[in-house]
Amino acid sequence: MFEQITRGSRVKSPWLLHYDCSSCNGCDIEVIACLTPVYDIERFGIINVGNPLHADILLVTGAVNHRNRKVLENLYEQMPHPRVVIAIGSCALSGGVFREAYNVVGGVDKVIAVDVYVPGCAAKPEAIIDGVLLGLEKFKKLSNNWRGVGGIFREAETNES
Amino acid sequence: MRAETITPDQLVGACARMKAEGFRFVTMTCTAMDENSFELLYHFDKNLELSTLRLTTSKDSPVHSITAVYFAAFLVENEIQDLFGLRFPGLALDYNRTLYLDEEIRDAPFCKNAAAEKNTAAE
Amino acid sequence: MPVSTIPFGPQHPVLPEPIHLKLTVEDEVIKEVVPALGYVHRGLEKLAGTRDFHQMVQIVERVCGICSMMHAMCYCECVEAMMGIETPPRARYLRLIWSELNRLHSHLLWLGLFADSFGFESLFMQFWKIREKVMDLQEATAGNRVIVSVNVIGGLRRDLSPEQQQTILNILDRVEDEMRLLEKPLLGDYTVMKRTKGKGIVSAARALELGCVGPTLRGSGVAQDMRQLGYEAYGDLAFEPRVEKDGDCYSRLKVRYREVFQSIDLIRQAMEKIPAGEIAAVVKGRPEGEGLARVEQPRGEVFYYVKADGKKYLERIRIRTPTFANVPVLLAMLPGMCLSDVPVIVLSIDPCISCTER
Repeated sequence: MFEQITRGSRVKSPWLLHYDCSSCNGCDIEVIACLTPVYDIERFGIINVGNPLHADILLVTGAVNHRNRKVLENLYEQMPHPRVVIAIGSCALSGGVFREAYNVVGGVDKVIAVDVYVPGCAAKPEAIIDGVLLGLEKFKKLSNNWRGVGGIFREAETNES
Repeated sequence: MRAETITPDQLVGACARMKAEGFRFVTMTCTAMDENSFELLYHFDKNLELSTLRLTTSKDSPVHSITAVYFAAFLVENEIQDLFGLRFPGLALDYNRTLYLDEEIRDAPFCKNAAAEKNTAAE
Repeated sequence: MPVSTIPFGPQHPVLPEPIHLKLTVEDEVIKEVVPALGYVHRGLEKLAGTRDFHQMVQIVERVCGICSMMHAMCYCECVEAMMGIETPPRARYLRLIWSELNRLHSHLLWLGLFADSFGFESLFMQFWKIREKVMDLQEATAGNRVIVSVNVIGGLRRDLSPEQQQTILNILDRVEDEMRLLEKPLLGDYTVMKRTKGKGIVSAARALELGCVGPTLRGSGVAQDMRQLGYEAYGDLAFEPRVEKDGDCYSRLKVRYREVFQSIDLIRQAMEKIPAGEIAAVVKGRPEGEGLARVEQPRGEVFYYVKADGKKYLERIRIRTPTFANVPVLLAMLPGMCLSDVPVIVLSIDPCISCTER
């Protein structure tokens, strides 16, 4: 029962973690703009948190470089299962205009698995909200397929929706 | 662009003179001329006027750091160490070529003989 | 008292951007700070080898998404000066208008984030609500909320119609009214003063020595603003840099708050004087030689150095951004302060890490 409550409430009110890889700030400020009164993502029960251990959805902006890929992997590892990753902006999708630069590895999907791609340079807040809601759909499906023991979720037989 | 050409030995003295005259340190620019020689520009500002010191150096003859005079130069000198592979002896806060770059990229990317645009270690 | 080391960042709830500070603390007092950068370094300057000098405009816009328009403007000014291109007068006024809109949105963004850094969340929401009006203006006039891509070498690619100019003025009136309402909760509030007054003090002499720029320098009592250089149309307009004396976080807050009204005033002046005519000059040939340009961004002076040898690709482009110049002063501000003041002081220089590392 405890498991069901946890699962239900995580779906009802997912918590966001935002990490800026080498973004130009354009997408970051749009992510923050989503939290403010005009766009107000909190009406979907979504809260921005700073701790990866509390987060359900990871928002990543910007292209990955050699140094922050370690940080990104670390954050992703710390997040509890199931988790959804949303890549925001052209740079997070493919590296964008920076893909030829020497210190850029490429899009987020070169490092971790991405569930939703939100294009745009910079991605508009409407698009970001839309992407988060798409991610939420996936999160719902994943939640139903995960079975947890003692508060720790472990992978079920079919882990893909 | 006006620039006063100096030799590497005169650099620290020239910077100390600039500081005594009340110049604000703006930044440094490094340009690779060919495989081994580099041009360093030191930009200073006083009352909205820019003045520039220019000197030429090579990889084997390190230029002394000016952080003892202008502490603010530590970031840009570290940046040049990273990107051009030059060294600045006497650097106040030396990151030892780790300010920007991790071990994946060890060649100085801005040098003329730098390998391909994209480092192979990236994959 | 034992000394311990506390890492601050790179992923931190207050700062959306990744900067890592290694704080050495004794009890709660900071003894030493070592910044670690590199989480946003992409190697933009090197892209000059793969994009020609026209395409570089789009690259430099993405040095920083917050002051994108001013990066492109500074780069264009630099290349135009090298090629001896005279931009049409209308273009000079339009560039001023867009860059002041950019400054408005950046300052409002900062005011909000700064309020958030000491936990005043409702004020954060208020400022960002006002900011959305400016963002809408940018979208209506330039087609993109964040990356205001209007600059080309030689002038601009977009014009403002008389109706658009009127809309800008109308909306700015409302922005100004709402900003006046927020003066008391921001500057007159006991808690805000308690958190910001006397924190992170830098004297004028020290600020100059450490190479500070922009509001950080003006907050210490040095009246230096690159707009005094009179680039674009700034030379034609009445303009006085905003200066505060104390050199603490509160002064820097006041400088930026007052600059919001200054920007509105500059846009109004420009709208009155704007001449009719062409918006872009014809560009022939390729840049050659060396050029320097400086522009006042919301965070301070940005410096561009371009070296070209008459080829399609530029030989070297060097960008010194304002935060790059303001990081050394952090090392002087933080020691002696409490750990709880770190976010406030770090934000008081308005750090833009993606600018710093490019």
